[in-house]
Amino acid sequence: METAKRRARKALVDVRHCVACGCCVKVCPVAAITIYKGQQARIDLARCVGCGRCARECPASVIEIQEVET
Amino acid sequence: MKKHWYDYLWIASLSYLILGFVNILFAWLGLICFFLPLAISIGKGTKGYCNRYCGRGQLFSLLGGKFGLSRKKDVPGWMRSRGFRYGFLIFFFAMFFQMLWTTYLVFSGAQDLKQVVTVLWTFRLPWNWAYHGTLFSPGVAQFAFGFYSVMLTSTLLGLATMVLFKPRSWCVYCPMGTMTQLICRARNGAP
Repeated sequence: METAKRRARKALVDVRHCVACGCCVKVCPVAAITIYKGQQARIDLARCVGCGRCARECPASVIEIQEVET
Repeated sequence: MKKHWYDYLWIASLSYLILGFVNILFAWLGLICFFLPLAISIGKGTKGYCNRYCGRGQLFSLLGGKFGLSRKKDVPGWMRSRGFRYGFLIFFFAMFFQMLWTTYLVFSGAQDLKQVVTVLWTFRLPWNWAYHGTLFSPGVAQFAFGFYSVMLTSTLLGLATMVLFKPRSWCVYCPMGTMTQLICRARNGAP
């Protein structure tokens, strides 16, 4: 029997272009984002609910909501 | 989300801009926005200033977000490229040192104090109404005029990109932000 794969919407960061401003951290309703070593946003995918607020807020538009298999 | 005291620092940024119209010597206070981010990035290795305390970012976020003065479009690709960000940082530095040089010339007496605020490195606005003399050297006032020019210019650029793109698109090419990110990378190593 095929195991059922669950697909969930998660925020993914293009770290190469992230400016580490922290706008995403401020708007995340579940506190899933941290700025790692002053260089890039990191998203805790276990916490991320894929709401997309960070993607909308990001001034550099480097966050995208994508469907990932969990 | 719970509001903290530092979520109101946009009031300080706004007051700074207004105070420059009252007495230009207040421009010296802007040095806080220069040394604090550097101190945090060098000392702690984080962009804590950008992330929490930047009043200008909060002001743009408020005007562009709550007041809806932003188209909320993506910034063009070139604007977030490293080439542009580093290039703008170098250009900003060059203009900053030119301003320091002018200050030095006034301090040494080789040049007279000019009561103007230069916007976008080009337009010289008469600003004598905000100058009421200085107790020290005219160089002190010259630095204030020069520094306020830097602050006003960057605010105007930030407002322009706020309207055109996302509210805080200034953060993408902010020289202080680029510089502190580079310091964090040098200090912590690339992740």
